[in-house]
Amino acid sequence: MGKAGKRKVRQASAPSAARGPVKSAVAAVRSNPFEVKVNRQKFNILGRKTKNDVGLPGVSRSKAIRKRTQTLLKEYKEREKANVFKDKRFGEYNTKISPEEKMIRRFALERQQSYGKKNIYNLNEDEELTHYGQSLAEIEKLNDIVDSDSDSEERGALSAELTAAHFGGGGGLLRKKASSGQQDEEEEKPKSRKELIEEMIAKSKQEKQERQTRRESALELTEKLDNDWKEIQTLIARKAPKSERKDKEAEKPKPDEYDMIVRELGFEMKAKPSERMKTEEELAKEEQARLQKLEADRLRRMRGIDEETNKKKPSHVSADDLADGFILDKDDRRLLSYKDGKIDIENEEEEEKDKEEEEEEVGEEEDNENEEESEEETANEDEEDSAADTHSDLESDLESEEEAAGNKEQKKEKTNENESQNVEKLDQKMEAAKSELPYTFAVPESYETFKSLLAGRTIEQQLIILERIQKCNHPSLAVGNKAKLEKLFGFLLEYIGELATLDLPELRTIDKLVLPLYNLCQMFPEAASDSIKFILRDAAHDMEEVIEVKGRATFPGLDTCRITTLQDVIKGLFICCLFLEYVSLSRRFVPELINFLLGVLHISLPKKQAQGYTVVHPFTPVGKNLELLLVCDKEDLESWQKKNLPLSIVTRLNETSRTEMNHTRLSCLALCFDLIKKSAALYESLPSFHEIMHPIRILLAQHVPVNEYPEKMKEWYHSALKELENKVKHYTPLICEKKKPVPLKQYTPKIVKVLEFGRKQASSKKEQERKQLIQRHKRELKGAIREIRKDNQFLARMQLSEIMERDSARKRKVKELLGSLATQEGEWKALKRKKGKN
Amino acid sequence: MARAAELAACLEAVLGSRGNANRVFQILELLAGQEEEEDVLCATRTCSRLFGALLERRELFVGPLPAEEASLAGPCSAEHKYKVWMRHRYKDCLGCLAELMGHDAFRVKELSLCTLMKFVELEAQYPLIKIEWKGTLTFPRELVKVVVDGLLPLHEDASLLISRFQEYMEYDDVRYFVIKAVTESIGQVMQKTKERPLPFYQQNVFSLISPINMPNKESDMVKFMMKQDNWEELKVSKLQAHKQAFEKMWLSFLKHKLPTALYKKVLVILHDSILPYMNEPTLMIDFLTVAYGIGGAISLLALNGLFILIHQHNLEYPDFYKKLYSLLDPSVYHVKYRARFFHLVDLFLSSSHLPAYLVAAFIKRLSRLALTAPPEALLMVIPFLCNLFRRHPACRVLVHRPDGPEGMSEDPYIMEEEEPSKSRALESSLWEIQSLQNHYHPDVAKAAAVLNQSLSEIEDDISGLLELSAYELFDKEVKKKAADVPLEFEQIRGLFGKKNDIFAEHFTLD
Repeated sequence: MGKAGKRKVRQASAPSAARGPVKSAVAAVRSNPFEVKVNRQKFNILGRKTKNDVGLPGVSRSKAIRKRTQTLLKEYKEREKANVFKDKRFGEYNTKISPEEKMIRRFALERQQSYGKKNIYNLNEDEELTHYGQSLAEIEKLNDIVDSDSDSEERGALSAELTAAHFGGGGGLLRKKASSGQQDEEEEKPKSRKELIEEMIAKSKQEKQERQTRRESALELTEKLDNDWKEIQTLIARKAPKSERKDKEAEKPKPDEYDMIVRELGFEMKAKPSERMKTEEELAKEEQARLQKLEADRLRRMRGIDEETNKKKPSHVSADDLADGFILDKDDRRLLSYKDGKIDIENEEEEEKDKEEEEEEVGEEEDNENEEESEEETANEDEEDSAADTHSDLESDLESEEEAAGNKEQKKEKTNENESQNVEKLDQKMEAAKSELPYTFAVPESYETFKSLLAGRTIEQQLIILERIQKCNHPSLAVGNKAKLEKLFGFLLEYIGELATLDLPELRTIDKLVLPLYNLCQMFPEAASDSIKFILRDAAHDMEEVIEVKGRATFPGLDTCRITTLQDVIKGLFICCLFLEYVSLSRRFVPELINFLLGVLHISLPKKQAQGYTVVHPFTPVGKNLELLLVCDKEDLESWQKKNLPLSIVTRLNETSRTEMNHTRLSCLALCFDLIKKSAALYESLPSFHEIMHPIRILLAQHVPVNEYPEKMKEWYHSALKELENKVKHYTPLICEKKKPVPLKQYTPKIVKVLEFGRKQASSKKEQERKQLIQRHKRELKGAIREIRKDNQFLARMQLSEIMERDSARKRKVKELLGSLATQEGEWKALKRKKGKN
Repeated sequence: MARAAELAACLEAVLGSRGNANRVFQILELLAGQEEEEDVLCATRTCSRLFGALLERRELFVGPLPAEEASLAGPCSAEHKYKVWMRHRYKDCLGCLAELMGHDAFRVKELSLCTLMKFVELEAQYPLIKIEWKGTLTFPRELVKVVVDGLLPLHEDASLLISRFQEYMEYDDVRYFVIKAVTESIGQVMQKTKERPLPFYQQNVFSLISPINMPNKESDMVKFMMKQDNWEELKVSKLQAHKQAFEKMWLSFLKHKLPTALYKKVLVILHDSILPYMNEPTLMIDFLTVAYGIGGAISLLALNGLFILIHQHNLEYPDFYKKLYSLLDPSVYHVKYRARFFHLVDLFLSSSHLPAYLVAAFIKRLSRLALTAPPEALLMVIPFLCNLFRRHPACRVLVHRPDGPEGMSEDPYIMEEEEPSKSRALESSLWEIQSLQNHYHPDVAKAAAVLNQSLSEIEDDISGLLELSAYELFDKEVKKKAADVPLEFEQIRGLFGKKNDIFAEHFTLD
């Protein structure tokens, strides 16, 4: 391939580009061996794909030139031109849209453009309908004309006129009507335009009225049908549906079977939506409203306004009492009614609906309370309770209602007795109202106010107060209530703490107060955990200080403090119970528990050298506090009965007699045996169970003087020992979890995916990718530079050719001029010669 | 007040002219007599001023004091006689003050101590000892001895007074002579009591000598009370002499039987403030060996001193590891000195040349004992065991025995065996740690679970864990921010209301 070839290509390609279809040209070229350039390879490499082994330089060059003439050259030529031709046809160059769609969109666009330009006075104006680009109206006109040929020219013309005038060339329906109805009159005399319009207005009005009456009558009918249905509905519910159907059959002359089924299905009782479950928020709101109302009532009573005005209410139908045909055979509930400002029925506390589990307890206590309290108070209580119950009926489900009914029956007798005495004077009632608890409470701001709120109340009243506080300040009612109630938790906790640290701890009260505490805790877990943590931290801090100062603490933790008194032992055992309780599910191992139990056993033994076991920290193997639990008195041993340890013993040891002390000691020992048994059952799955229990087992088996114990104690002892000893000893050697094996070095060749030849393969995939990108970028850059260079060359060529053209044109022109001048000169000379001759 | 004015007048008179010298007796009378506290204080102050002034004026006799009668009778100048006489009054005064150091009231004691020390200071400046030859020491040694004797009563606790005295121990020479005086005092007192322990006395001695801050270098010794020309040649200026005296004092103190509490206290400070300042620390070997043999906490504490001797002074201790092994009993996790003990055990077991059976026995024993340990100790000991496994890979069979015998009925390890080599620890496995994986404290459980996996190469740093306390653990736990609060899910019915409640079984709410 030399210069000749190239020239040839240029010659060949130029006409082909001009001609158009390139492909055929390429095919032609390809068959021409002179056009093909083969890149000879020095070595054949297996697996290498060669892309550029054969090339058609001429073709590609011509392609490039063509492309440049189409783009670059155009640009170059238009470089000084500001005007641009813009094709604004919709989607003209968008190849993605099909031609049909293109047309549709264009049409829509057109409509849109004309949309805003409507004549506002021409109400009925419709856009002109077209068919194949021809106005439909035009076509109709033509039709009419054709029509009129057959019928009557006049009418058709008029009708066309009418339609054109009023309905914008509207549908044929109207026209037909007109043609049928008005024919005669029209023939008599052509109506004026005004008349026509009036007529039409009247007609349309009439039509409208007719429609309305029809609709009304239909409505009436359906209503009547509904009423009828309602009347018979109950019958359907009670009686067998079949019989009813028979009735219907009798009434109606000939019911189709299909109709029957359809109707049946239509009239079949559908599952009506039951009262929707109320959200917590709504419940809270209702409760608050109720309490507020009650409070207002109470205040009114306090001021002496009688509720005589309260009307006797009609029989109360619960919202749950749907008209579903379910009727209790005999409703023995008394309905709510006021009599002399009192209520006939007795109900239980409102707590019942909230806490079913609590129900029994509270109910019982309520009974007791009622008996104890004075008559008038009972009355008032009843009143409030019944008021509560009317609402609770609404909310409680059927079961609890029945249960409540049962309770009520029991109580009714009592109330009836009360009732006779309850005919009271008004002023007495006022007194009662004063002594009665208020219904609404604000959350106390400080602990002092909280305490004063609860001070002097009975346990039940305290509970009610707490509950009312919670209800009046439910977090869903107001924004700040959440924070307030969270504070309430802290107060309650503090209050309980205070009760517990009294000389005579009010454990019964605490026992009840933990319920609201629990509820609050469930409501606000975070706040609760924070305040508990705070208390714990305080306690720990105090203890730390005490330990620092005195070297020992008074409170016997399982680990930190020495055991010096019997109370310490009991406290410790209590904490052991606590531990056991906590780990009863998780079965976590608590070494301190075992240590303490061992220590307790140790101090129950007579003083001697401990053999085979060692007691640890809270206890000392030798020292003055040994034999704390040792009982030697034979009689006391005999007379002992297992009884539960009272918690108050922890703060104050009130048994002074030796016997009772000894009995307490034995109870502790029994408790210890039981705890050993329980912990043995708990920890039996631990792999070193025997090692853990080893000291206790030795102590039990070898040192404890079983024979001296009473029978009951022996039972405890043996059950504990049995629990310890009947465990199988089983040890399996430990094996570490397998770690992911490190692969050995291998000699098989490592196969790596080759992405590009001639390049070093980077190790990681990321690196490979990076290199690849760099490579590609380089290549692109090179290509771009080449392209730009070629562009420049092309432009320069073009400019050169332009200049050449210009020059040649000038030369030609100069030549022409010179030529013309020469001819002129020649002519002139010739003339002159002629003259000279002449 | 009247008394005060009177005393002031006396003072004026005596200082004013030698003719009124006899009024000194008025002052001394008050000092010696059983007077009111205020009067005694006043008299002491007056004495202090009087003799202070006299010392400064050098109006007291210098040199060995002749007998009063003889010198007064002798043919001397009046000046000489006056000085001798006054010196005798000074001596009387010192005697009274020494007695007053045993007074009931602390203020009196304190003031007499301060007065005596003031005299010591003045005497050091204006010596009452004649320099006869080059090496003569002018420091009032006798006076210091008197003070020390006053500080170490036999039958009462004088720690308060002693702590008041500490400020004088800053002076290098005072310290030196106090050390010497204490040595002497111990020798005298203990000789008399014939090995019967004197708890108060020994306690006092200990509180006097334990805070002694010995200088590290000779150049540190710059603070002296005494100024003397031939300073460089005196023993007092040599650190070597100080160390020797110090060593002697301690040895004489420790020679005698100590009460247990004191024993522990001595051992606690031994490695830190005694051994480094002894010329011959090896002299402590006997003491430490005995202490190490006693057992319990004392042995644990003796370990520290022993370590220094073994480590720095080439002490060879037979059966050291066996003894160490026998020290491991359940109390090691509970004692106060846990951190120190484990720090040392870590040091002792850091050698990679120990036989595997020994390390395995230690591992097994420590983990067996861990079954009764509190969580803070467990958090320390588990990484400790991990470190042992890292140092001694041969012991890893304890946690990883893939082809071991299945279904053993006993743990092969013998806990009671005192000889580590016979404990068969290498045949066992660490089931104890496996049990601790169920510990109630989540961090302990997590730490124990580490042994399930193969260990990393790098040792854990346990120095931060050694001092861990229960309170710290608690604090950490409380400060944790719980993402969701775990709540009791069972509806409660009061304190003991639940089903199968353990409390309800054994307690009542009365």
